[in-house]
Amino acid sequence: MDTAVPSSSRPELAPHVRLTFDRARDRHVLLGPESVAILNRTGADILGLCNGQRTVSEIVQELQGRYNRVVDDEVQQFLARLVAKRYVEISHG
Amino acid sequence: MDRPFGLLAELTYRCPLSCAYCSNPLNLADYGDELTTAEWQRVLAEAQELGVLQLHLSGGEPLQRRDVVEIVNSANELGLYTNLITSALGLSRRRAEQLRAAGLDHVQISIQANEPAVSDRIAGTPSFERKIEAARMVKELGWPLTVNVVLHRHNIDRVADMLRLAEELKADRIELANTQYYGWAWRNRAALLPSKAQLERAEAAVRAARVRLQGRMDVIYVLPDYYSQYPKPCMGGWGKRQLTVVPNGDVLPCPAAHALPLPRASVREDSLAWIWTESALFQRFRGTDWMPDPCRSCSRREIDFGGCRCQAFQLTGDAARTDPVCHLSPDHGIVAKTVQAANEGTRPTEGVLIPRRYRGHAR
Repeated sequence: MDTAVPSSSRPELAPHVRLTFDRARDRHVLLGPESVAILNRTGADILGLCNGQRTVSEIVQELQGRYNRVVDDEVQQFLARLVAKRYVEISHG
Repeated sequence: MDRPFGLLAELTYRCPLSCAYCSNPLNLADYGDELTTAEWQRVLAEAQELGVLQLHLSGGEPLQRRDVVEIVNSANELGLYTNLITSALGLSRRRAEQLRAAGLDHVQISIQANEPAVSDRIAGTPSFERKIEAARMVKELGWPLTVNVVLHRHNIDRVADMLRLAEELKADRIELANTQYYGWAWRNRAALLPSKAQLERAEAAVRAARVRLQGRMDVIYVLPDYYSQYPKPCMGGWGKRQLTVVPNGDVLPCPAAHALPLPRASVREDSLAWIWTESALFQRFRGTDWMPDPCRSCSRREIDFGGCRCQAFQLTGDAARTDPVCHLSPDHGIVAKTVQAANEGTRPTEGVLIPRRYRGHAR
């Protein structure tokens, strides 16, 4: 399922999901009911910026300041996948 | 070597229900000498160190342990994601609030059917109304809720209704898992195994619900492996992703492995890290080197890992054989015959179930 994540929306982690650093594996992980998602660095950075305040465009801008190769599409597709799994919630406007 | 993601902590085998499909071992009295609070706390710390991220608190009924709040609190301090797998009997509002404050992340409540009389009959005790009340309270307290249903011949025709009930309870997930034939369930296999027609109806109901509930509720459906072409990838591989600690501190690669003729491993004698990496028990079926043919040369050997060792043992007496569920197994006839018998017109839909009564000594 593909859920559109508009660039004006403000994503945040769902309340039952936890973003944490796993020292044993040296990776960020996303924990939810009966699930573990191991994140790459970009994924962890995107989620670290999802606080329900920043819009998707602001997150993209912020990341472009850190690396020089972040495209809107990449961020939006990543978030859309997590919205479909209900790990991320978005509020509009 | 892989690190484990999940620890299934079977805190006690004491249970107020007497389900005929119980997969706990037959000789429950052997597990009465339960780990203490301090021992569990040590196990959790060792598990976290080893890489465990998810803790599944189960049993029996984990709420029968008076120290469950303390255990959850310790797990939460270690950063583990905590799941409580419960019948809901013993989940009073006060206890629920304490668990919430201790940081419990997720609650899974079992129901046996969508109607009080049927659910209570299968559970062997009046429990349905309390389960429903507890499920509502779980949502009210802000937890994610999973409704767990073990499916079998007596309730599988109610799948559509159980999905509607879970939806009405605003569950986030429902797990519809067909019975696995271990422990007590093995005794009741003939009365539990559904027919092919029943399964087809259930699967149609699941497909329809997935469309209707998309984005609102996850519908997890676990196939009955007797009807599958290939075996289940049991535990995602032996000693690969999960481990189980049972009430007396024995450690198992899979919760059904009590019965296998393998050397024991116990947290009362060794560290969890040593047991995971070094013990003969965890090494025995790790990887693919142990495999006989047809698994050894099969392109699916890293997909289903030869299936379930416990089932191979249960059906053939040899845990190192290919799971007879696989249509390529030389022993597949055993499963085929059982399935055929479940589909004969003479087999009643609701044969007699032998309930399990907990008769271990109370601690």
